[in-house]
Amino acid sequence: MNELNTKQERRYQILWSIFFIVVSIIAIIPILRVVSISFSSKDAILKGEVFVWPIGFNTDAYTKALKTGNFLGTLWYSVRLMLEASAINMVMTILLAYPLARRSLKLSGAIMTFCVLTMYLNPGTIPNYFNVRDFKLINTVWALLIPGAMSVYNMIIMRTAFRAIDESLYEAAGIEGCSEFRIMWQIAVPLTVPTIATLALFYAVSRWNGIEDQLYYINTSSLYTVQMTLKQMIESIAISAEEGSTTQMTPDNVKAASITLSMLPMLIVYPFVQRFFTQGIMLGAVKG
Amino acid sequence: MSKNKAKSTIAPHKKGWLKLYLTTSWQLYAMMLVPIVYIICFKYKPMLHIVIAFKKYNAFNPNLSMWDMPWVGFQWFEEAFRDSLFWKSLANTLILNLGDLILGFPFPIILAIFLNELRSNKIRKATQLSLYLPNFLSWVIIAGISSQLFAASGLVNNLVSALGGSTVPFLSNTIWWRFVYWFMGIWQSAGYSLIIYLAALMSNDPSLSEAAYIDGATRMQRIWHVTVPQIMPTISTLLIMQVGKVVSISFDRPYMMSNALVTDASQVISTFVYDRAFTGHRFDYAAAIGLFQSVVGIVLILIANQGSKKMGQEGII
Repeated sequence: MNELNTKQERRYQILWSIFFIVVSIIAIIPILRVVSISFSSKDAILKGEVFVWPIGFNTDAYTKALKTGNFLGTLWYSVRLMLEASAINMVMTILLAYPLARRSLKLSGAIMTFCVLTMYLNPGTIPNYFNVRDFKLINTVWALLIPGAMSVYNMIIMRTAFRAIDESLYEAAGIEGCSEFRIMWQIAVPLTVPTIATLALFYAVSRWNGIEDQLYYINTSSLYTVQMTLKQMIESIAISAEEGSTTQMTPDNVKAASITLSMLPMLIVYPFVQRFFTQGIMLGAVKG
Repeated sequence: MSKNKAKSTIAPHKKGWLKLYLTTSWQLYAMMLVPIVYIICFKYKPMLHIVIAFKKYNAFNPNLSMWDMPWVGFQWFEEAFRDSLFWKSLANTLILNLGDLILGFPFPIILAIFLNELRSNKIRKATQLSLYLPNFLSWVIIAGISSQLFAASGLVNNLVSALGGSTVPFLSNTIWWRFVYWFMGIWQSAGYSLIIYLAALMSNDPSLSEAAYIDGATRMQRIWHVTVPQIMPTISTLLIMQVGKVVSISFDRPYMMSNALVTDASQVISTFVYDRAFTGHRFDYAAAIGLFQSVVGIVLILIANQGSKKMGQEGII
């Protein structure tokens, strides 16, 4: 199209490019602001000199944030919990999605209805709480793993991916004498690795960010993940008079340092896995 | 087609086929066993506990089985309808959700339409990357960020005072707090919707827009009469989903964003249920409110779904 070359069109492209660069920067500013406050000195923060880069660079706030409430231990526990949750979720999802994807399964339709109904009939917070209590999971780590062990929505996405594989491939393997477990493990799973990776990531993120179930089911601080610890730190940060006079700590930059530390794992992996996240939206949108 | 044919040739030897089906399919059923048990235990079994909404829970005897608790009928529902705090939570839920709808819904559509007009793939990618990032931060972190931005000494007030204004009470005034709530909501979710709309725009037929250009349509005319109608199905689906969810509100976001000064605006159904149950030990009353919300929620989703079918769009259920 010769539209590309007109002067007016070029000006339009440049103006909107600038606009979107500005929008992208504005979206990042809140994060930059927190990071820069966490590295800034007390004076600069009190005088309001900090914008989106650190003034009076120091790391005192991080010393305090890491000392408070065993932050590194909690971080390690949260990472482990996240990996465990993601693995459990994925195994459950595949074990249900694969049989339901097989066209030879007679009860497939009935079982699908049975599963899909749960997406609309949510019992609510209190019935769920009593149910978890019935299973004696309150104040155990299992309360953070089992009640959310599978998402029906993600299971449907996984099923769609398994359905996209040609049924004759399954049949051929069956005729060769492959057991269903082996067909699933050696044919269906390797062919759907991108979907599996995407869903595993979504499960991991929701466990990493989840706080609601900890408020309901957990009372022991040793079972709290980094989100809950961060919440408590933000609510009850205290700088002693001595710390206040000898270091650069203020409640502001210590809070900012805790927030930065909690964001860090996500910020590090985000650029590498962003493509899977984008793909994940599409997987959902196709169905929606 | 070939599948149907295969079936018809197998049909005469029905017995043999059934035997084959059972020898292979029992494995499929065995695989599903654990997930199905999970769904029964953690999705269906909790529904039994809804009876607590019609029973009297004794905080001094918390381990009493729900079947042994005395029935009270609709007492908690009647109490809720007389409870001004319940009505306030319901009103706040509606206000916060409608604000999200009015302020938050059009924003990603507009961004996506103009981003789609850009020829630079790099800028398109960069915008997606930076707008989608907040979607992966928890509400604890976002609430922390929001207090760093909107506190009296925060970034926004720094800018306001640099421009000669006086400090704005973003976090302590209920009206300003709502705007902070909506703003952080847009910040968190715009990237997600943006990607959905961009995908819908990508699947548009470019020749329609080109034809309109050759016929002399201006850019705005092309956007309004050619581009927008093509993504209308996506827009209406997302709109219906959001309208259907207008009485249900997540817990994390209002709970984490709230503070003691703005509870008049931030107390919503989900946080009200939490307070009544886990702070006030009134699990029966909280269950009744939760049940009321679920029932209204399901009715609204069904209405929205019917509405979308009437409008000629595909339903969401």
